[in-house]
Amino acid sequence: MISDAINNEQVEILLNDVLETHGYDFLAYSHASIKRRIIRLYGLDNFVSFAEFRYTVKTDKQYFKRFLEEITVNVTEMFRDPSFYKSLRNDVLPVLGTYPFIRIWVAGCSTGEEAYSLAIVLKELNLLNKSLIYATDINPSVLEKAKRGMFPLNYLKQYSENYLQSGGVKDFSTYYTANYSLAKFDESLNSKMIFSTHNLVSDHSFNEFQLILCRNVLIYFDKELQHKVFNLFDGSIEKLGYLALGSKESLEFWPKAKEYKRVKMEKIWRKL
Amino acid sequence: MAETIDDTPCAALFIGGSAGSLDVLLEIFPALRNDIPFPIVLVVHRKASNESLLTDLLKSRTKLAVSEANEKEFLSPGKVFIAPADYHMLIEQDQSISLDYSEKVNYSRPSIDVTFQSAAEVFKEKLVCILLSGSNADGVEGLKSVNNFKGRVVIQNPYTAIMPYMPQQAVLNVEPHVVLDSHDMADYINNLND
Repeated sequence: MISDAINNEQVEILLNDVLETHGYDFLAYSHASIKRRIIRLYGLDNFVSFAEFRYTVKTDKQYFKRFLEEITVNVTEMFRDPSFYKSLRNDVLPVLGTYPFIRIWVAGCSTGEEAYSLAIVLKELNLLNKSLIYATDINPSVLEKAKRGMFPLNYLKQYSENYLQSGGVKDFSTYYTANYSLAKFDESLNSKMIFSTHNLVSDHSFNEFQLILCRNVLIYFDKELQHKVFNLFDGSIEKLGYLALGSKESLEFWPKAKEYKRVKMEKIWRKL
Repeated sequence: MAETIDDTPCAALFIGGSAGSLDVLLEIFPALRNDIPFPIVLVVHRKASNESLLTDLLKSRTKLAVSEANEKEFLSPGKVFIAPADYHMLIEQDQSISLDYSEKVNYSRPSIDVTFQSAAEVFKEKLVCILLSGSNADGVEGLKSVNNFKGRVVIQNPYTAIMPYMPQQAVLNVEPHVVLDSHDMADYINNLND
């Protein structure tokens, strides 16, 4: 990758185009990260000049779909950070189990691996039938993948190890059927999921939840946008509900953090 | 080599390493002075599960403040920042840290290339990057960027590396400012701004 193929001013120009033409606002994303994604895509798709790249992004709707998918990071895992899922299983979900109905929002769900992991834990706790998981992402094409619930078979060994480390006791392979190179997950899992596009930068709160999971999404936002999104979550979490973040994310510097209490060592906070 | 470049003060020191680099780090850190006037940033390949091991090991060997880097944290002089396992680490223009969970680069996350490239742009001629022992070619592209932005490229002498492949690739592909034996590195760092 030629790391200086596009300069800071050109990144700015491109992101302004994207906002004006397509309505997606990436201007408050962490600069170094989004710049790297843009240069990576520019190289992958063999553009020869910034002008050509800019013109294509601006005018080619089909290409913009690809731009959106590649510019956002869609790397995710089932049962990523097993100790986190252990805490959900042991500390958080049993508390929510005392409610008549559980509403969960997986914000920035990407291709759905976290939503399916969560559904598996809910199922094992006999809570899935009274739960509803809202899985949202900025990006319509990853949601299509998430709906299908099919993940590359070669990752399943890792996922199965993660699952066991997170306190899972079943044979993980009972949750999917192998189909060529893909593992198709049991339909009982996504029968309790609602998939929808939602842009954390520009869209509003749409419901109240007892648990919001938003992991490794906020690291791509600048501080101001992070706080704006925390406010959005705050307005979407019931009293005594939970907010779960990625392993390197924190509520720490957000002014309202005092109104939340950390759950043990994990990146989970409870609204007081 | 060019004396004039040596006069440029170092604003940040970045060190990248893979297999075999821990020994070098454990040799360097006890010998570092306590008043290092720039931040030191480490990008070391390791298993995601051994998260705090490296931090704990280094903490016990130096008086400098060592911590795993947090996202949005600002680099500051005299402190050691370690790229967290399983994240790429980038440096913003305001010298704050961004973390990124995107695809692995050179089969690695954190990737040395990713961090060196972003640091090269921020610190330009005031950057010093050291590449240590390792068995893949991560870091080479990063060092090229450092050169392009007139920063200083330092490579561990492959003959003193437990895994020579990484420094070898670097020496073959990038013009180094200096090639150092592992036991000369602490001195080099201590004298960077004198």
